[in-house]
Amino acid sequence: MTGILMLLPILDSNSYHTEILATAALYALLALGLNLIVGYAGLLHLGYAAFFGIGAYAYALLNLRLGWPFWAGLPAAGLIAGCSAVLLGLPAIRVRGDYLAIVTLGFGEIARVVATNLESWTGGPNGLMGIAHPAVGQVRFGVEARPYYWLLVILVAATAWACARLRRSRLGLAWLAIKEDELAAGCLGVDPLRMKLLALALGGWVAGLAGCVFAAKQGTITPDSFDFIQSVMILAMVILGGLGSIAGAICGAAILSIAPELLREFSTYRMLLFGLMMVALMRLRPEGLFGNRYQVPNGQSVPGTKRRV
Amino acid sequence: MSETLLWVDRVTKRFGGVVALSQVSFEVRRGSIVSLIGPNGAGKTTLFNCVSGVIRPEEGAIRLFSGGQEELLSGSVPHEVARMGIARTFQNIRLFAGMTVMENVRTGTHVRTQAGLLEAVWPWAGRARQEEHWAFERSSRLLERLGLSAVADRPATALSYGQQRRVELARALASDPELLMLDEPAAGLTRQEKESLMEFLRELRREGLTILLIEHDMKVVMPVSDWVVVLDYGAKIAEGVPKAVQEDPHVIEAYLGAR
Repeated sequence: MTGILMLLPILDSNSYHTEILATAALYALLALGLNLIVGYAGLLHLGYAAFFGIGAYAYALLNLRLGWPFWAGLPAAGLIAGCSAVLLGLPAIRVRGDYLAIVTLGFGEIARVVATNLESWTGGPNGLMGIAHPAVGQVRFGVEARPYYWLLVILVAATAWACARLRRSRLGLAWLAIKEDELAAGCLGVDPLRMKLLALALGGWVAGLAGCVFAAKQGTITPDSFDFIQSVMILAMVILGGLGSIAGAICGAAILSIAPELLREFSTYRMLLFGLMMVALMRLRPEGLFGNRYQVPNGQSVPGTKRRV
Repeated sequence: MSETLLWVDRVTKRFGGVVALSQVSFEVRRGSIVSLIGPNGAGKTTLFNCVSGVIRPEEGAIRLFSGGQEELLSGSVPHEVARMGIARTFQNIRLFAGMTVMENVRTGTHVRTQAGLLEAVWPWAGRARQEEHWAFERSSRLLERLGLSAVADRPATALSYGQQRRVELARALASDPELLMLDEPAAGLTRQEKESLMEFLRELRREGLTILLIEHDMKVVMPVSDWVVVLDYGAKIAEGVPKAVQEDPHVIEAYLGAR
């Protein structure tokens, strides 16, 4: 599967298409990361783009100020974003459900406002420019989308694989347990606070990696790439694909990043059609494309289960 | 009789102005079945919640003597209590709806396994694999004992009420507890299911497990209990062997009203 996806830009050398593919792969990575937080641990997070931004700014600053190369910046950006997710999570995680959504929304906005106003560090609304592209040996990635696409596919595959392993492990069960019934999970020895922070740390790490690749690919970053709409788009991808599903997160990301491009010929009506598509899909399959039909909303269950991946 | 496993010492819990528990004390001896009975609203479930760390009593202490160590339960949170060796079920069944029966029971093994993040992801980590194997085996055995093997891969909430009660019991047992607390395990069961539940509880006691039970059905309580504690309006009004409690005038009054 990964191999076929890797070949795509060779079979179709249209650089516009490759650019779209790279964007889709970037969103797939972000959707996988957010899926850990929302799909696995059940934390409705509305400020996920902030960690994406923190990763991007982390690499940009490490590169511009300290001259760090991309490959050193990548894990560093992941770590910094992961730690920020935990630090911002500590006060937020004690509230639940709708309230958590509001608190994370607030944090997401604060991060963007800080990036806009801390001009001496972040360049304010103009952002940061001249961020170095990656290089492997003598081969420089440059501005072409193709090498970034390949790198992103590798990152998506590795993340998807790790998520699948996690899901089957005792930690995966513990996440599902706290999502279903926090009290019962606690009485079985699952530490809800710790499991939630772990999900945030991992989700933050993935967003940090994505942010680093994004900054390296663009060469320029500004705060508006990491706004609330971005958080909502990533969340929509996860929900469209089906909460908790790895294949769902990837497909949701692919659909939501490619569909607006395919709809371009309808020009003015583009976003209207896009919106209608989403409403129709959610109406027909509320559990998402790859969601699990374990429980139907009225509490009855359907016998014969599909394994959760 | 043998030594004390759980010591509830003068526990008081108030909700606003209502005294839910008032200076309740009793002991649970290792290897015994102790039943907590009393009319509705007597404070039985509140006491369970205090022991399992779900709520914190205002006064008094709850101690567990496990493996020669003394642990203070009051003031601990649920996952710490579980780690000390106490497992419980709930009056209104609380199974994980999005999981299969097997997954529900495997979640119970969480406290007895340790694999962390890296071990869970890294496919060649020996310990994680051994643990997964152990957890699966243990869960399978419990499902078999409780007659649930055939439904292991069904969604837990698709089962009948009686079966769901048994899944919850299997899940609690999967954590290999020293003390098993059951909140009305026979409620809603058929006569036959009650019989097999009682047989199962006796079997567990023979294996050395200690059981604390809340139960309304005297036909269940009287034959299986070694000791009965009676609560009424949050206070202990009697305790003793089943026969003595049954004849205690205070208990008869609490259940039937003053004569």
